[in-house]
Amino acid sequence: MMTTSLVANRRRRELVVFAMVAAALATLPALVTDVYLQNVLILTLMYAALSQSWNILGGYCGQISLGHALYFGLGAYTSTVLFTKFGVIPWIGMAAGGVLSAAIALGLGYPCFRLRGHYFTIATIVIAETGYLLFLNWDWVGAALGIQIPFRADDWFKFQFARTKIPYFYFVLGLASATWLATFVIEGSKWGYWWRAVKDNPEAAESLGVEVFHSKMAAAAVSAFFTAVGGSFYAQFVSYIDPESVMSFQFSLLMALPAVLGGIGTLWGPALGAAILIPLTEFTRSYFGGSGKGTDLIIYGTLVIVIALARPQGLVSLFSRRRLRRAVPE
Amino acid sequence: MLTAETIVQSLVSGLLTGLIYALIAVGLSLIFGLMDVVNFAHGEFLMIAMYATFGLVLWLAIDPILAAPLVAALLFAFGAVVYVVIVRYAMRATANRGMVQIFATFGLAIVMRGLAQLLFTPDYRSIPHSWTEGNNLSAAGIYLPMPQLVGAVISILAFIGLYFLINRTDFGRALEATREDAGAVALVGIDKNRVFTLGWGLGASLVGLAGAVMATFFYIYPDVGASFALIAYVTVALGGFGSVFGALAAGIIVGLIEATTALLFPPALKSVGIYAMYLAVVLFRPRGLFGSI
Amino acid sequence: MKPLLKVRNVSRRFNGVVANDDVSLSCQRGEILGLIGPNGAGKSTLFNLIAGTLPPSSGLISFDGQDVTSLSAAQRCARGIARTFQVVRSFESMSVLDNVVVGALVRTAKMREAHRKAHEVLEFTDLGHRTEALANELTPSEKRRLEVARALATAPSLLLLDEVMTGLTPAEAQKGVGLVRRIRDSGITVLMVEHVMEIVMPLVDRVIVLDLGRVLFEGKPSDATRDANVIAAYLGERHRAPSE
Repeated sequence: MMTTSLVANRRRRELVVFAMVAAALATLPALVTDVYLQNVLILTLMYAALSQSWNILGGYCGQISLGHALYFGLGAYTSTVLFTKFGVIPWIGMAAGGVLSAAIALGLGYPCFRLRGHYFTIATIVIAETGYLLFLNWDWVGAALGIQIPFRADDWFKFQFARTKIPYFYFVLGLASATWLATFVIEGSKWGYWWRAVKDNPEAAESLGVEVFHSKMAAAAVSAFFTAVGGSFYAQFVSYIDPESVMSFQFSLLMALPAVLGGIGTLWGPALGAAILIPLTEFTRSYFGGSGKGTDLIIYGTLVIVIALARPQGLVSLFSRRRLRRAVPE
Repeated sequence: MLTAETIVQSLVSGLLTGLIYALIAVGLSLIFGLMDVVNFAHGEFLMIAMYATFGLVLWLAIDPILAAPLVAALLFAFGAVVYVVIVRYAMRATANRGMVQIFATFGLAIVMRGLAQLLFTPDYRSIPHSWTEGNNLSAAGIYLPMPQLVGAVISILAFIGLYFLINRTDFGRALEATREDAGAVALVGIDKNRVFTLGWGLGASLVGLAGAVMATFFYIYPDVGASFALIAYVTVALGGFGSVFGALAAGIIVGLIEATTALLFPPALKSVGIYAMYLAVVLFRPRGLFGSI
Repeated sequence: MKPLLKVRNVSRRFNGVVANDDVSLSCQRGEILGLIGPNGAGKSTLFNLIAGTLPPSSGLISFDGQDVTSLSAAQRCARGIARTFQVVRSFESMSVLDNVVVGALVRTAKMREAHRKAHEVLEFTDLGHRTEALANELTPSEKRRLEVARALATAPSLLLLDEVMTGLTPAEAQKGVGLVRRIRDSGITVLMVEHVMEIVMPLVDRVIVLDLGRVLFEGKPSDATRDANVIAAYLGERHRAPSE
């Protein structure tokens, strides 16, 4: 069958591009030695991973969550609490945080997925805010002061490094790759097709037997899992967490923003968006933010407006050839 | 100590606050009902209204309550400009329109906060004198703080005015018609863009009034909008997007719930009661109490 | 032979207006059944009741011997009832092939299998040369055929066609007739709502005429054209304001 292999070829090509990009990125630590730049790279990859996870639920499945900071924070706190209070190594803590977040996402999804549009989004916001307030007032996890992770030595087992950032880089590259691959698999699966159908025309989809409730739940769980792992990573990377830094609403927005700017519901959108947005944020903050004059915010905000308006389908559309079309043509 | 008096006092304060919340929320609901756009800079609109009040009081030496109509007018113009310069383009997007307007207005919020920081510094400000200050009423042992009382009265007046505007004027009819079918109104001679511009102006002026009121009893600083924005969104969603009456009812409910929660739980958690209420309501009414969209 | 579809005493009211009044009909396996009637007869409503997009106010609908009255459209599709839409509802951002794959996925979760079935169906409906085109690039008659192809990909036992012949040129209509015949020949029962008399009457085995929400006539097309009530109903239509 000629055209089945056309689809298969396109998919194969995307995998090849992915492999090349990943390989290229893997060489970066050898080339970039400046610690500040390494930091920016790590953060960029982290946001790429987080936004990609968010994209699975938001972009593909169409459920816009602005409360994902809840899962990030849960991941961070779970692994950190297990490590600092019970001596459990972060790798296990990470898995535990991921599973816990996935379970909570499933539990929340059950009542929330019957909500549509803005009502759903606001539900995600208030749930995350509730989590934030609870952690802010919970003394056992340090309340507003948070938790400091004590440093012992550079150690893969305990996943902490002070003399070099390179292991963190490779971990987060791995995480970003994992989320990309998860998206890739889902995109080509039954879920991917059914979600696209529901987005285009829900009534027609229904008439073709499409039922999306279960797949929505699964998407929520996968998305929450990866986001939580990102949270655990972050905790180990910065060695200090508090509700403000890992569970705030601002953070939820920042997880969604790269996907929106890069191209919501696309494979490369979140990564592209992160690649542009995060260095931009960091550099404007470094060069303009110190004065406390808010100049960095003005520049950052203006750019967000400009990109959102100039390219509603996301920056990824600048690279699309006809075969890679995603957005509805105008 | 929970006495009958404390409870009643709490509820009364909650009612007054709730009416002010309703005023903050109704502009948001109006704009959404009109054109399906959620203004993510709504909190920042409140913030600049508060700063504008502060500025007018400082430079023109007028009482903040008298400044309120001026602030409303200023915000009207601002809202209209925001529509023309930004939102109009956001609505042209054929793809992902919902996300585009969320993030375009979110970008605006960041810019506004940055500008406020730049122009006014992050210092907390407060309005030094107002005829409402210290002039507190007391009825049957219940203490009615004047600034909040005046705010609540202004809110009620605003809602009455809004009711007449929507139901008894040509503009109100044009508003309703455009809300029902923006594509078709051109056929009856209504300029959709003009209605949207005026709609944004109206929505902004309402939150402008709220800002003027709040400036009399709340600290003014660049990030002040953020906390009230969330309450506004929850209020609008609770009442049902697009429903003016819903915003009023929900505002009052939110104020009461917040006061009750503060009575029973540590004050830091007072918002949790509101959030729980929202979730409970939409579980049974996925479109809020009075929403039809 | 037990009928494939049985509609028993089904009524549907909208705010006091009775769109379908105590309608009963049955559809035999392997036949092409026509559902016709003047404007406002309630054909679309009945169609939607059978498809599952609307629940009846009262009555029973059974399919293949089982009560499906309370099943949703998606559940009915899984049971074997597929439908097209009068105003074409393609998945505009997806390719022709992907549109049909969506339908095929109700029977199999394996992508290769779904793609194979989609190709098969597209060949069957003469769209094999347009698989990679975007759905919104098709001509109107091609879009109609895509609607049918998508529904066929769900491997239905009963295919509900909603005015598929409207607005086609004579040449396209003849092709459409050929397609419907081929669908029936492949073992699928067809129930079609139609307005274009010259096309549907020679095509269907039996016809049911609705008027004002009630069944007016049931039988052979040739008999229908001679039935006094049917003629009166259609003649009356000319003097009535269009309401449907």
